[in-house]
Amino acid sequence: MEAYLGYLLYFLSLATVGGIYAIFALGLNVQWGFAGLFNVGIVGFAAVGAYTYALLTTAESTFHYGGLGLPLPVGMFVAMVASAVIAGVIGLICIRLRSDYLAIATIGISEIIKLILKNETEVTNGPRGINKIPRAWEHFSEERFYSSWPMSWFNTPEGWAVFFDALPNWWWQPCFAATVLFCMYVIYRMLERARISPWGRMMTAIRENEPAARAAGKNVTARRVEAFVIGAAIMGFAGALFAQHLRLIEPTNTFDPAKVTFLVWVMLILGGSGNNRGAMLGAFLIWTIWSASELMIGGIIDLAGYVFQSFDTGVLATRAGFLRMMLIGILMQVVLQKYPAGILPEVRPASPQSNK
Amino acid sequence: MWESFGFEFVNFYFIPGLVLGCIYALGAIGITLTFGILRFANFAHGELMMMGAYLTWTIMAIATAILGIAVHPLLAAIPASIVVIYLFFWTDKFFYKPFRKADTIKVVMASFGMMLILRSAVQVIWGPNQLTFVPGIAKPNPSLLGWSSDIGAMLLIPNKHLFIFAGTIVFVVVLSYILNRTRIGKAMRAVSDSPDLAHVTGIDVDQVIRATWIVGGVCAIAAGVFLAMDIQMLETTMGFRMLLPMFAAAILGGIGKPYGAVVGGLVIGLSEELSAYPWIGDAPLLSPGYKTGVAFAIMVVMLIVRPQGLFKGRSF
Repeated sequence: MEAYLGYLLYFLSLATVGGIYAIFALGLNVQWGFAGLFNVGIVGFAAVGAYTYALLTTAESTFHYGGLGLPLPVGMFVAMVASAVIAGVIGLICIRLRSDYLAIATIGISEIIKLILKNETEVTNGPRGINKIPRAWEHFSEERFYSSWPMSWFNTPEGWAVFFDALPNWWWQPCFAATVLFCMYVIYRMLERARISPWGRMMTAIRENEPAARAAGKNVTARRVEAFVIGAAIMGFAGALFAQHLRLIEPTNTFDPAKVTFLVWVMLILGGSGNNRGAMLGAFLIWTIWSASELMIGGIIDLAGYVFQSFDTGVLATRAGFLRMMLIGILMQVVLQKYPAGILPEVRPASPQSNK
Repeated sequence: MWESFGFEFVNFYFIPGLVLGCIYALGAIGITLTFGILRFANFAHGELMMMGAYLTWTIMAIATAILGIAVHPLLAAIPASIVVIYLFFWTDKFFYKPFRKADTIKVVMASFGMMLILRSAVQVIWGPNQLTFVPGIAKPNPSLLGWSSDIGAMLLIPNKHLFIFAGTIVFVVVLSYILNRTRIGKAMRAVSDSPDLAHVTGIDVDQVIRATWIVGGVCAIAAGVFLAMDIQMLETTMGFRMLLPMFAAAILGGIGKPYGAVVGGLVIGLSEELSAYPWIGDAPLLSPGYKTGVAFAIMVVMLIVRPQGLFKGRSF
């Protein structure tokens, strides 16, 4: 029974993180898949979302600014807005130039954001990071939540304490995973609606043939900025979920460009850019490969250490993670060259006339 | 005057800024040539720089182990640069060439992937920890110190910085000779100005692309080795840290303009270091932690005001 519980929890954490990455990939799909905007600063938008959420919702702390203790949905919403505002500023500056410049500017802004998070120690606690970030569902069992409204309307703090003590300590995991997947589903439905709407078809037109779209009287720059801002808002939201999942965030290792920006790109390209379902499929697939290969490489190294007794496995263990990154990079190059459409290629919505 | 103001300013802000500027300038030459001739922003350039520095370190280590002599980094860089140039050729052949006829953004994406692959490769081969490039503390050059003290100024310039200045000047002079006097250099400039016209006049574009990788590669490895000489160690993030300032230098100077990249690199390097000088009061004008931000701010201002750069480069 215990073993099955372990598998269940592993599966739940796979679903949770996979779902968060799927939201990132959906956000990138709006920018790259719909509008053809090359954003390589995903990690910056994720960091803005995560830090905004963390500063607004944590309990008061002496290490960083506030800890305003606001309700969780408020934190999530402000995280989206903050990420969208930054994207709007970059978009207005760079979108009229060619896509290379947007790439350089986004990678730049994500480094600057990390620099600010690292150096403004008064506000963000610098490299030491922020901890005790409330996670959805689990936060109900924290005293500051169950002793205040609305939870205090239903039970006394003592009653709640007894109630939560009676639950198994992993009770929040299925709830959190379900919440993440539900958020992913809602965003997916909204984007699917956007894709087949006139707006989505106009985005495709702009991406495929900009002069023609301009000649047809479409405001190309404004539409592109819109797509960039919407995508960044979704990334900010995913960043807030990421902070909830980790509960401890710091600027350098948590927001490593290789592990956020690059993985999300590989997910979208493998799954199929332009296809929302493809983005989600790619996210779950790559994340499963990524976390399963960690276990597998660990096993192989142990085996090698067992077979060759004189072998120093410590060196291998530290470098195996980088080898994995390299293989994922090569996978991306192969997909880019041989299967540019991905697993689920983009499907163009039929025009309304053809349905008649 | 010199006692109160100049000593600190020149030795601790101006000279380091100039050194950094030389390194950025050499790196930006490669970026601006690739951007101008192959028409894409090469994100893997910084990683190839780093690879060159690591290879140089390896050759130095091998020479010490087998021959028992300490080789100067600049000598060891010569065989290393051949390997790096072949690396440039290989990445071009396997990862960039398939997209030459396709949308340029695909190549940018491939180079972005290349950046991660190369960095991971370095981390797998050499390990993720810092390595010492040249041990010991760099002492100021004694003859320069004596000479400058005689004329009432005191210059504390270590030998490594003199090598960097001299090396940069040599590279820029050689580069300008190649671009202005040789046939292939003229062809490179022609392709940069108008690829279609160059093709029509019978210029071998593949040869020009090879020449671009060689020139860019030699400058890149020089920049990588100079950087490693300056900070005296190797780390796997050093290429990525240089990337943004180098792009900023290339954009500031104008895309496709090698002299622009040199000027841009010097401006970016100097302004990064001088931004930490206490211009007003005693505190640094800008916290040294934000040095990278200066390069980015200059780049953003340029993109808004004058996207074609100071020297009227290409703007897309």
